[in-house]
Amino acid sequence: MRSARRLSAVTAAAALAVTLAACATSERSDEGEGGAGATGGTFVFGAAGAPDNFDPVFATDGETFRPARQMYDTLVTYKPGTADLEPALATEWTPNADFTEWTFTLREGVKFHDGTDFNAEAVCFNFNRWVNLPNAAAQTQAQYYSDVFEGFASNQTDTTGAPVYNSCTAPDPTTAVIKLNKAKGAFPSAFGLTSLSMSSPAALQQYDADNVQQSGEAFTYPAYATDHPTGTGPFKFESYDRTANVVTLARNDEYWGTKPTIDKLIFKVIPDENARKQELQAGTIDGYDLPSPADWETLKNDGFQVLVRPVFNILYLGINQKNNPALQDLRVRQAIAYATDRESLVRTQLPEGAVVATQFLPETVDGYAADIQALPYDPERAKALLAEAGHSNLTVNFYYPTEVTRPYMPNPTNIFTALQENLRQVGITVNAVPQPWNGGYLDSVSNNGVQDLHLLGWTGDYNDAGNFIQTFFGRPKAEFGLSPDRDQALFSEISAADSTVDPAAHAAAYEQVNRDLMTKYLPAIPLSSSPPALVVRDNISGIVPSPLTDERFLNVVKG
Amino acid sequence: MTTTWAQRRKERIDDLAGGRSLTSEAMRRLRRDPVAIVGAVIVGLFVVIAVFAPLLAPHGAAESFPELQADLRPGNIPGAQEGFPLGGDQLGRDFLSRMILASQQTLLVGVLATLIGLAIGIVIGTLAGAFGGWIDTVLMRVTDVLLAIPSLLLAISVAALAASPSQTTVIIAVAIVGVPIFARLLRGSMLSQRNSDHVVAATALGVKRPAVVLRHMLPNAIGPVIVQATLTLATAILDAAALSFLGLGDADPGRAEWGLMLAQAQTYLDVRPALAFYPAFAIIVVALGFTLLGESLREALDPKGRR
Amino acid sequence: MLRFVLRRLLQVIPTLLLLSLLVFAWLRSLPGGPASAFLGDRATPERIAELNRVLGLDQPVLVQYGRFLGRVLTGDFGVSTITGQPVLTEIGRALPATVELSVAALLIAVLLGIPLGYLAASKRGGPLDISTIIGTLVGVAVPVFFLGYLLKAFFAVELGWFPPSGRQAIALDATDVTGFAVLDGLLTREWDASWDAILHLTLPAITLATIPLAVIVRITRASVLDVMGSDFVRTANSKGLAPGTVRGRHVLRNALLPVSTVIGLQVGLLLAGAVLTEKVFVWGGLGTLLADAITLKDYPRLQALLLLGALVYVLVNLLVDLSYAIIDPRVRLT
Repeated sequence: MRSARRLSAVTAAAALAVTLAACATSERSDEGEGGAGATGGTFVFGAAGAPDNFDPVFATDGETFRPARQMYDTLVTYKPGTADLEPALATEWTPNADFTEWTFTLREGVKFHDGTDFNAEAVCFNFNRWVNLPNAAAQTQAQYYSDVFEGFASNQTDTTGAPVYNSCTAPDPTTAVIKLNKAKGAFPSAFGLTSLSMSSPAALQQYDADNVQQSGEAFTYPAYATDHPTGTGPFKFESYDRTANVVTLARNDEYWGTKPTIDKLIFKVIPDENARKQELQAGTIDGYDLPSPADWETLKNDGFQVLVRPVFNILYLGINQKNNPALQDLRVRQAIAYATDRESLVRTQLPEGAVVATQFLPETVDGYAADIQALPYDPERAKALLAEAGHSNLTVNFYYPTEVTRPYMPNPTNIFTALQENLRQVGITVNAVPQPWNGGYLDSVSNNGVQDLHLLGWTGDYNDAGNFIQTFFGRPKAEFGLSPDRDQALFSEISAADSTVDPAAHAAAYEQVNRDLMTKYLPAIPLSSSPPALVVRDNISGIVPSPLTDERFLNVVKG
Repeated sequence: MTTTWAQRRKERIDDLAGGRSLTSEAMRRLRRDPVAIVGAVIVGLFVVIAVFAPLLAPHGAAESFPELQADLRPGNIPGAQEGFPLGGDQLGRDFLSRMILASQQTLLVGVLATLIGLAIGIVIGTLAGAFGGWIDTVLMRVTDVLLAIPSLLLAISVAALAASPSQTTVIIAVAIVGVPIFARLLRGSMLSQRNSDHVVAATALGVKRPAVVLRHMLPNAIGPVIVQATLTLATAILDAAALSFLGLGDADPGRAEWGLMLAQAQTYLDVRPALAFYPAFAIIVVALGFTLLGESLREALDPKGRR
Repeated sequence: MLRFVLRRLLQVIPTLLLLSLLVFAWLRSLPGGPASAFLGDRATPERIAELNRVLGLDQPVLVQYGRFLGRVLTGDFGVSTITGQPVLTEIGRALPATVELSVAALLIAVLLGIPLGYLAASKRGGPLDISTIIGTLVGVAVPVFFLGYLLKAFFAVELGWFPPSGRQAIALDATDVTGFAVLDGLLTREWDASWDAILHLTLPAITLATIPLAVIVRITRASVLDVMGSDFVRTANSKGLAPGTVRGRHVLRNALLPVSTVIGLQVGLLLAGAVLTEKVFVWGGLGTLLADAITLKDYPRLQALLLLGALVYVLVNLLVDLSYAIIDPRVRLT
């Protein structure tokens, strides 16, 4: 009886297994397996985070931009390794006299991944699509577009205003003319932003690209952005395996430029930094982004190539004048600057190649004033200034973020700790307020402005001083507690500089803004610019580290 | 009728006498148990170091030194040199001093969390065990739910629900984990006291209910709970370290705490593994010490004695 | 019986409602939110406010809760603010990973723990016994994440025997059927995929198994000692039964009863340990979902995970009560 029951159970289990096996068939593609005709192999890159979607206009972070850059082209692009412009889909671009009209001469014979032609009509279709984004959900997602073009045809939110974009005309297939409502210093650099990549009009329509929806407390993206990105770039979208967190792109054999040698480009999402390092050491990935500065030396010694990007960011010690009247006194802010030992901070905590910032711009941006001297480390002078201002017993609430590393701030806790010690030595009492980056820090600092001091920074999007200075100090913000009346001079000076369109005059105006910021206003203290890096195996060549983290993998060769 | 002074004194003596015989029996067993001795030595050393940490540590926890900063780079943390037997940490602070001072913070977090858990557990267990009825039912339902949630998950949830990570949230999160265990244990041993002779006698003599509970039942029932507290200290230290690792721990970098030091050293594992190994080793040894002591205490106090 | 089940199920509803409201309100009272998580360092007060308005997060909590409840009743737990994917889909994807890891860890703990505990008990006081006891004590005292890192550094990076993280090698292009990587390989006869999945599974499973292993060893040892000292074993021995028969039929079988109870209790602990283990080994399971949701303030995902967790807990309890009633006729379901 007992054995009979056992037997029947075994039979049942076997039957179940057979049935399951019968309905499960291998879906392996045969082409893989290093197939016979394969040429360049597969390049696997470890990404720190998952992409949000694949429609560049809705992209806001580096992890989302990275795959987009490989699949799409922009009208103009940045010369590898620099922030300077070079031709991409447009071979020439010329403004009119007052910089309100840009004429682009387009490359001929370029096709989108779906086989449709890239031409002036397609350019206009993209520009018109952006300005006509229909609902609030889509408009809030198009962050870079609204930064550059300031508004939509029909603004659905209060944060956007009059659109800078006016219209686009296509007099012939290879000429597109973009008309603007006003000149802006951001152009033509901003035309190279990955967000302004050219998508196939046919695919945009077919896959309902504008249909971003708000669903509960989140946004859902249309099929175009999740599964059917269609650009002109060197790689085509193949799949995004959301279980394994792997994005697979395949070589575009119809690419208009030099075709990539590698067959497949894979982005494997590995959020943990130590895990990325170990995957590289174990040989399961070919490279990864943002190795911790602490590991550069080890990785180099292990025979990996650490590719250091030119610096293009600023870390600053923010000062909020609103809650602590003492900080409204310029002398107190200067004292804080003299108290901070930025030389040793940069040397001991930031990677090789990091520099002390003398102003709120990295050196390569037009508008950088070379004659500004870094405020020296001088604790005695700091104490004297504090005494003179009558604030020798200053107490400040110093906010700093946890659970985050940014390219400009590889280890916020260490940076904070070093600064805290500096301030303590000139008699300033520091209340440490750590908050998780997403768990309150940004809200406290940028939105509610409850801090006295804080750490924040910025990585430039393109070569334009306004992209830094205007972003920081262009208007009253809770972050710095600048007041509309008291600091009107600063706001006017910046907005005057920004609306100067002639490149040389634009740069000169910003140089003056920088000088005044450091001497007259000092609303914050620029600390450093640090180079983020990427690391690849020794048999990989063809990656040029970009200051804009705009690396393209089309020239990757696996040796 | 109120109890007279003479009566009260008699009761106290009775309690003490009973307590002493039990304790001395346990002590006798403990002294012969090598496990208990090892545990006691580890715990004893740890407590001594922790209590006198400010005297033992050559430097402050937040102080940084030019000697240690001279060659400090993100990829190079100087090792031992004159005056700094364990070298510096990632900010040029004296690693030895931080290790020593951290013992105090670790003990503080462990002890406070255990004590808070113990206090709440005792209140709940006493109420449930002494009164029974619906109070018992409701309280035990709640502790059942808490017990069913795995301890670390519970600690993570509590810590994640706090506004911002701090030492206080860690202590509270770890304390809550201990509450249901203490409450259950105490209730069980209170229940067994309810029908014991001395409790029945006290009740018959007309001693008021709260007095019976607090003076007769609780002191006799609390033994196993205290043993459990020793064991909980070990888990408390480990849970606090895990919270730090997940970024839910105390985030004040000036303060030295082993869990936090271990979490921060993750970045420097290839550069200077000692920064991670020493705190990890310290956590393991101390947790081991409390476990050994607790286990042997439990065996010593177990009347059946597993010989 | 049916009435009992129905009544218990009805009782569950107010509990879950209350719990969900508490979770909902509490999450929203915390600093930070999906808006600032989305904007990162491009966050400005205006943009945060605008996103909150578009997402309806500026409305009174009760209004938001009402809407949430309406959607949940239709089975819609919302969309993750991190990935834009339906939360239930995400949980469905992550569940097999966590179950696979927990089952593997439990297998290691049981298959290694019971024999070790038994051997230790039968050679009581011997070198094996003492080293086992020490091993279990140390096993419990080592922080899981630290052990994971050590194993990885040594076996994956140094020796290269195992892959350092993840669930499957990308290059394999394994077919996904059930989501259980080892099983999928067997079902589709992609043997190399199964093998690869087992290799990926080994280190995390060992890491996760340490604590349950230590507990099982100790319980088995204590329980075997208990049973060996009991009257019926003494009787069996004095009856002259072969030692092997006594051990197999009497000691082991009786000693395993408490062990099986403990194994049941370990399942919950495994899920908790999985949060840490998954982080160290980049194992895309429920623990990772939970940890990410906490750091990135993914309200919908947190709500769904906590509510479904509570629901599972309640249902399991109900099943336990029912099974007691079936096993023990003295228990009346009223």
